[in-house]
Amino acid sequence: MEKLKMLLPGLAVVLLAAIYFSIFTVNERERVILFRLGEIVRSDFEPGLHLKIPVINNVRKFDARIHTAEAEPERYLTAEKKNVIVDSFVKWRIKNVADYYRSMGGDELRANLRLYQIVKDGLRGEFGKRTIQDVISGDRAKIMETLTVTANQQAHQFGIEVIDVRLRRVDLPKEVSLSVFQRMQAERERVAKDLRARGAEAAERIRADADRQRSVILAEAYRDAEVTRGQGDAQAAAIYAKAFGSDAEFYSLYRSLNAYKNTFRDKSDILVLDPGSDFFKYFKSPNPGGAR
Amino acid sequence: MAWNEPGGGSKDPWGAGARKGEAGPPDLDDILRKLQQFLGGLFGGKRNGSNGNNGNNGNTRSMSAVGAVVVLVIWLASGIYIVDPAERGVVLTFGDYAETTMPGPHWHIPYPIETVEVVNVAQIRNIEIGFRTGGSGRGASAAPRVPVESLMLTQDENIVDIKLAVQYRVKDARDYLFNVIDPDATLAQATESAVRETIGKSSLDFVLTEGRAEIMLRTETLLQRVMDRYRSGLEVTSVNLQDAQPPEEVQAAFEDVIKSREDEQRLRNEAETYANDIIPRARGAAQRQIEESKAHKARVVAQAEGEASRFTQVFAEYRKAPAVTRERLYLDAVESVLTSAGKVVVDVKGGSNLLYLPLDRMSGVTPMPPDKALERMLPPAASVVPRTQEGQSSDTRDRTRDRGER
Repeated sequence: MEKLKMLLPGLAVVLLAAIYFSIFTVNERERVILFRLGEIVRSDFEPGLHLKIPVINNVRKFDARIHTAEAEPERYLTAEKKNVIVDSFVKWRIKNVADYYRSMGGDELRANLRLYQIVKDGLRGEFGKRTIQDVISGDRAKIMETLTVTANQQAHQFGIEVIDVRLRRVDLPKEVSLSVFQRMQAERERVAKDLRARGAEAAERIRADADRQRSVILAEAYRDAEVTRGQGDAQAAAIYAKAFGSDAEFYSLYRSLNAYKNTFRDKSDILVLDPGSDFFKYFKSPNPGGAR
Repeated sequence: MAWNEPGGGSKDPWGAGARKGEAGPPDLDDILRKLQQFLGGLFGGKRNGSNGNNGNNGNTRSMSAVGAVVVLVIWLASGIYIVDPAERGVVLTFGDYAETTMPGPHWHIPYPIETVEVVNVAQIRNIEIGFRTGGSGRGASAAPRVPVESLMLTQDENIVDIKLAVQYRVKDARDYLFNVIDPDATLAQATESAVRETIGKSSLDFVLTEGRAEIMLRTETLLQRVMDRYRSGLEVTSVNLQDAQPPEEVQAAFEDVIKSREDEQRLRNEAETYANDIIPRARGAAQRQIEESKAHKARVVAQAEGEASRFTQVFAEYRKAPAVTRERLYLDAVESVLTSAGKVVVDVKGGSNLLYLPLDRMSGVTPMPPDKALERMLPPAASVVPRTQEGQSSDTRDRTRDRGER
């Protein structure tokens, strides 16, 4: 009895150890393979607590979350033999952990490498079919979709599900970038020149238009003014003619006399007179009849 | 970040050691008390039974029993955790997802049976593409650039320099923890991919000018779709375009375009200034001409009327006594002329033809050329009658016009 009591803690420890070694947990994040002496027994464990036989069974756990396979940027040739530098990444997940273990030995790095190989081949093919324009804008989504599908088909045998292949950067090589910059610069200069010239054009138009308007305004005003003057002159002439027409001879006299008065108004005007004129007929004698 | 990092369940910072001092919620106290009573009863009973055999032994037993209870209590207490209002707790039973707990104090069956992972779901997280503020508080423009990220190709094969920041938060704590390795890095990768795809579909001008909002919207939609496809549990709250510029290498040229746009406007404005200056003046001048012409008309007509009236009146009298009036008018006129003008009376017929008249000396200053004055003056004085008869009709017309023009 006493001995049994002495052994009790030891037994308890052994029991606990036995329990510890015959259970394993599967986390939400994991896929687990149960081996029996190196042979795969089961690989479709749900998350939770599971049993195994100590020593004979062992388990290996793999991350079931989405992995990222990234590689260094690579050069690809487009259809028009232009180089582009493409940086992409692959999102993948273990689908069949047994297949995955068999093909990749459970090595994530190897899986990444292998996947990237597949994607690179796909990229080379897709880029070779397309122009740079398509690659950059139009077909980008399509390329990614196609690559995802093909990569998925090929990766299926490795127990891998390719969720997404995404092009991250599609850039031009550095030396090409420089010429792109130069082209952009030239283009901007063109635009700037154009804008300035347009400005000058507009300015010239506006000025010319203004000048034209001024000329027209002045000319029209001159015309109207002349018309008015003409009317005035005509009216005046009519008035004169009406008045003076009643006796032309008397008008001539009247007007001439007025003209003389107006003409010789200044002291500096000098008249050289012949005393024989009518005005002076009484100047020499009071009876001019005989003198003449 | 470290405190809510996924996978930290077993190293739960809300462990019993840290939280023991704090008062647990009432129900927990109750549970503990009951447990204690129950255990106390169990050990107490045994102790009573074996008391007779060995008192020493009993003492050791009670000591170990107390120790066991303490260990048990500590173990149980290690299951207490508090979820902050900004957080959600994800409880795993042997690694299997059990529940997501809301903010407040909670208890889970302690390790190794259950673990809890706490995720901050309210915190707005931030990633930066094309620049790194690094928490230095500087704006995007001052922050160090990352050209590899920021330079991207547009549809028209131009290169544009984009800086953007993405704000996001955890939408679903469970997805966030269990679906993707490093969801935050994944978001950064997906953002780059999405923004480049969007920019690749837009022209440079569109990106730099009116397209900014649309680009951000499209990027956000695309990014969210990708993140949903990965079931990453992340929600993009906003994508902000911090800066969209032409690359540094060509910025001067771009600025020049802006300047040229200003220049264009300036040239236009200058021309309009000119136009605005001259046209109203021209209108004014035109109006002046018209007014002057009206004035002329009015004046000429009035003069004509006046003169005509005067003539008519004089004529009326003249007809009553033509000879006398004629004579009187003539004499009046000649008198008036000779009164005002200087005069020299020369009896030409009697003298020689060589007559010296120092006209310039007589008049002092001569405003009119002497010969012209002579020409005008001589005929009426010398031979009034025949001249008047001859040149009447043409002379009348000329003079009328002369007066009018003056």
